Amino acid sequence: MSRGPQRLAHGGRIDRDRPIRCDFEGRPLEGFAGDTLASAMLASGIAIVGRSFKYHRPRGLFAAGVEEPNALVTVGEGGRTTPNLPATTLELRAGLRARRQNGWPSVTIDLGAMNGWLAPLLSAGFYYKTFMGPRRGSWMTYEPFIRRAAGLGRAVHERDPDRYHARHAFTDVLVIGAGPAGLAAALAAAAAGAEVLLVEQDPALGGALLAAPVTGPLEHWRAQLEAAVRATPTIEVLTRTTAIGVYDGRTVALLERHDHAAPDPERGAARETVVTLRARAIVHATGAFERPLLFADNDRPGVMLASAARTYLNRYAVAPGRRALVATCTDAGWLTALDLAAAGTAVTIVEQRDEVAPPLADAARGAGIEMHTGATVARALGARAVAGALVEPLAGGRGRRIDCDLLCVSGGWSPALHLTSHTGRKPRYHPELDAFLPGDWAAGDFGAGALVGAYSPPAAYASGLAAGRAAAAFSGHARAGRTPPAPADVDEPTTFATALAPPRHGRGRTFVDLQNDVTLKDVALAHAEGYGAVEHLKRYTTLGMGTDQGKTSNVNAIAMLASLDRRGIGETGTTTFRPPYTPVSVGALAARNLGRHFRPIRRSPLERWHLANGATMIEAGPWLRPWFYAWAGADVGSAYLEEMRLVRGGVGICDVSSLGKIDVQGPDAAEFLNRVYVNGFAKLAVGRARYGVMLNDDASVLDDGTTARFSERRYFMTTTTAQAGEVMSWLEFLLQTAWPELRVHVVSVTDAWAGMSVAGPRAREALERALPGVDVSNEALPHMGVREVALDGIPLRVLRLSFSGELAYELYVPANHGIALWEHLLDRGAPLGIKPYGLEALASLRIEKGHVAGLELDHRNTLDDLGLGKLAAHDKSYVGRALRARPALQAEDRWSLVGLECLDAGARLRGGSILFAAGDAIAGHGRGYVTSVTFSTVLGRTIALGLYQGGLRHRGEEIVCAFPLKDETVRARIVSPVFVDPEGTRLHV
Amino acid sequence: MLRIPCPHCGERDYTEFRYGGDASKPRPAHDERDVRAWHDHVFVFANPRGPHREYWQHVQGCRQWLILERDTATNTVGAARLARDGAGA
Repeated sequence: MSRGPQRLAHGGRIDRDRPIRCDFEGRPLEGFAGDTLASAMLASGIAIVGRSFKYHRPRGLFAAGVEEPNALVTVGEGGRTTPNLPATTLELRAGLRARRQNGWPSVTIDLGAMNGWLAPLLSAGFYYKTFMGPRRGSWMTYEPFIRRAAGLGRAVHERDPDRYHARHAFTDVLVIGAGPAGLAAALAAAAAGAEVLLVEQDPALGGALLAAPVTGPLEHWRAQLEAAVRATPTIEVLTRTTAIGVYDGRTVALLERHDHAAPDPERGAARETVVTLRARAIVHATGAFERPLLFADNDRPGVMLASAARTYLNRYAVAPGRRALVATCTDAGWLTALDLAAAGTAVTIVEQRDEVAPPLADAARGAGIEMHTGATVARALGARAVAGALVEPLAGGRGRRIDCDLLCVSGGWSPALHLTSHTGRKPRYHPELDAFLPGDWAAGDFGAGALVGAYSPPAAYASGLAAGRAAAAFSGHARAGRTPPAPADVDEPTTFATALAPPRHGRGRTFVDLQNDVTLKDVALAHAEGYGAVEHLKRYTTLGMGTDQGKTSNVNAIAMLASLDRRGIGETGTTTFRPPYTPVSVGALAARNLGRHFRPIRRSPLERWHLANGATMIEAGPWLRPWFYAWAGADVGSAYLEEMRLVRGGVGICDVSSLGKIDVQGPDAAEFLNRVYVNGFAKLAVGRARYGVMLNDDASVLDDGTTARFSERRYFMTTTTAQAGEVMSWLEFLLQTAWPELRVHVVSVTDAWAGMSVAGPRAREALERALPGVDVSNEALPHMGVREVALDGIPLRVLRLSFSGELAYELYVPANHGIALWEHLLDRGAPLGIKPYGLEALASLRIEKGHVAGLELDHRNTLDDLGLGKLAAHDKSYVGRALRARPALQAEDRWSLVGLECLDAGARLRGGSILFAAGDAIAGHGRGYVTSVTFSTVLGRTIALGLYQGGLRHRGEEIVCAFPLKDETVRARIVSPVFVDPEGTRLHV
Repeated sequence: MLRIPCPHCGERDYTEFRYGGDASKPRPAHDERDVRAWHDHVFVFANPRGPHREYWQHVQGCRQWLILERDTATNTVGAARLARDGAGA
């Protein structure tokens, strides 16, 4: 079976016993296991793989790996649609559905190709000029046209049904890249005793060796190395895995791809996995990309990197052309020419150098290859595909046409130094190699192979052994061990040194960046217009900003810029490389952090009861809390009012388990609390609780809460739900850094105790019924009194505190007894009509009482802003005291707490409304804003808390609450923030 | 990702920690009433390039506040010790 007209009868690393048929644009495309989509397309004679970004010029396969700029396809259907994947990196598999992009009506017949006539509009800096320049308005004219015409594949809005995972891993030595250098490094590091992780983006091990003939000595050696690696238990090999980013502390992000295994999301299998790897040492063996030679119309289908042509020929057994012209300035080009000739292709070599090593020239002569030295290609000929090349002597003189349908280009090598640059280390230019190499190395990072200029397989292998040993030693493993020998009979040339001639400036466009359609003329124009710095050039022309990130264009553009400036390539420098090395799907980055797994959810120990008894839950920070209960109404708008009436008129019970709870113990606990709270705590009696406020060092309010004293040295602190973590950390900071002499321990017990508030005029009756052995009379347990008792042997804390302004008690039991106590209270209180109330009613009751909460405690307000100034003690020091005295914090026009009563009783007032004085223009930031709103069942009208410039000095004034987003205004009067029972008589019954 | 050598728990990802600011200057005494002293402590920082001392708390581990040496130019981490063993400055 041939599987395509261009398929060779023999050879390749494909499995001819496993034919594969995939779907390409609705038609079957055939190939073999081991093919990529690109090699199957080439074997089938599909020459045009896509249309270019701006000009819609037909494009063909240019590379054979991740650097491919042209052959971007869209894969999958519906929610699985993934655009812009290089066909060169897609393994051929049954079930693969792919299509070409950016052509209309099709890629082969594209009406958008007329963009070429409009090229002057699309030149360098087009976006800048239309947005910023005198032609600014022209963007409006061109935008719809440009948006339709320019572009890559399209993303979809449907939900992706596939699963993506994330995992963490550790290793002594990470080796990135499994070419000869990486294989050597892995073997050497393992021989020294290190645990090794070897990652390779390709499905196979061997790197550049995979492009060598499968019958040659290099393949024999490669197979030996692979066998040695596979036989070493301390080397873990991850193929189809890309190191996408290197971060501080030698943390590396790896992307594992599992598409080849047809993962089933229904069974939990992931399509991709992001691995966060921490390595003690890293060997970078990422190899190098071949650079193209530049000439006019160098984007014609059929123009291909020489190394790619060799890969298609030797790895995939596909003849990339029938009549090849190899334009080169490197020995690598000659290897391609020799292999093409051996496969029966007619080959001509156009070599920029005047002479090459005699063995190469002899071999070429022996293979019947036509040779032109001291010459280069000035222009590709042909319209929809390469039909020939105009070849000119470099010394001058007439050019001549040479026919070909494959034009291989080899202009030197650019090490893949992306990863070594991610942590901010600048590459350095090495003129003797015509290449940027990694600059200085961080401790623990090592390089090997083509990345550090060791291009030939033996040199790469030797450098890999050295790097592997050094990395193992750095990770603490320096055992003497044996590694396989370097190959003895390798016929690869030992150097790839180049002498890059400047590009010819002929007629037609010379593309530097094929993917983003950036030409030499664009580079020159950007330079002439003042965007000559390499980072400016990139942004002005979009050069290197495509999905390929300029892997084949970067160095040529820098060389062009350097020649325009008449300075060295090294001085011109490179742009900054940032993660990811190759594109990563958003799904992989999100992994399992989706939906309810987006962040951890904190749950009350009573949640099971709430869910079984009609509660509608709501997120409150990380917590899920009961919002309202079905007994009170079908929707929150009516239910919370009913629940408020219950608490104001009878008795209700509310889950307050989410409050922060901190156990404070020690001989100096009283002194400690006295320092952190603004009010006095030194004299708090055992059996009593006190409301307290804490400040930050800058005198803004950190939190409020209640602390109870259960014994001489033992306190129980509660914090707001929102600030629980912050307060805990702050107390630890003070104890450990500022006051280590204080003998105090603090422990978070938030999760250890279930908390519930029993509130309402009949709360005491409810407790008397539920806790018959406990004296809860006003005399035994007055307001702010606390008791520790036991109920059936279970510890129970009863604190007489009120958030709602009604007679109320907070009860705390060990969390796993929470539901039992809750049900007991409901059961015994049933004759009193006790029912649960939710967060909406809780928050509304506190607004009526004027208690500040999270919406008012935003770390910007002072004690005085919140009307709590009189709480502060004058006879002691407390955190934040000194900076409270700052003059600006004393200003009379600070925004401070007020109550707001809507003049129209049923007005709808929104939180966040902006406050204006009557007569103010409704514009700008106003004089304050609404923090909390509710309907007051007591007053029968909408009320709010807010911050207003000058605060209660304006009591009685009518103001305007504006909500510009909805174009709403509501009139309100400034009143005391305590709407209900301002004297507090209800608390002391 | 920074890796922080916690004296109690060993080397851990920085995501287990919370950052606590500059540990290189002393906190004024608790009973210091001078606004200028507190102003300088709370609002004025040197922002050095190079070696620096910072507070980090191992919130998902031993809960201890550490004083960590970190080079702000290279983001390399040095030694960490318990803050309670000595004042920051």
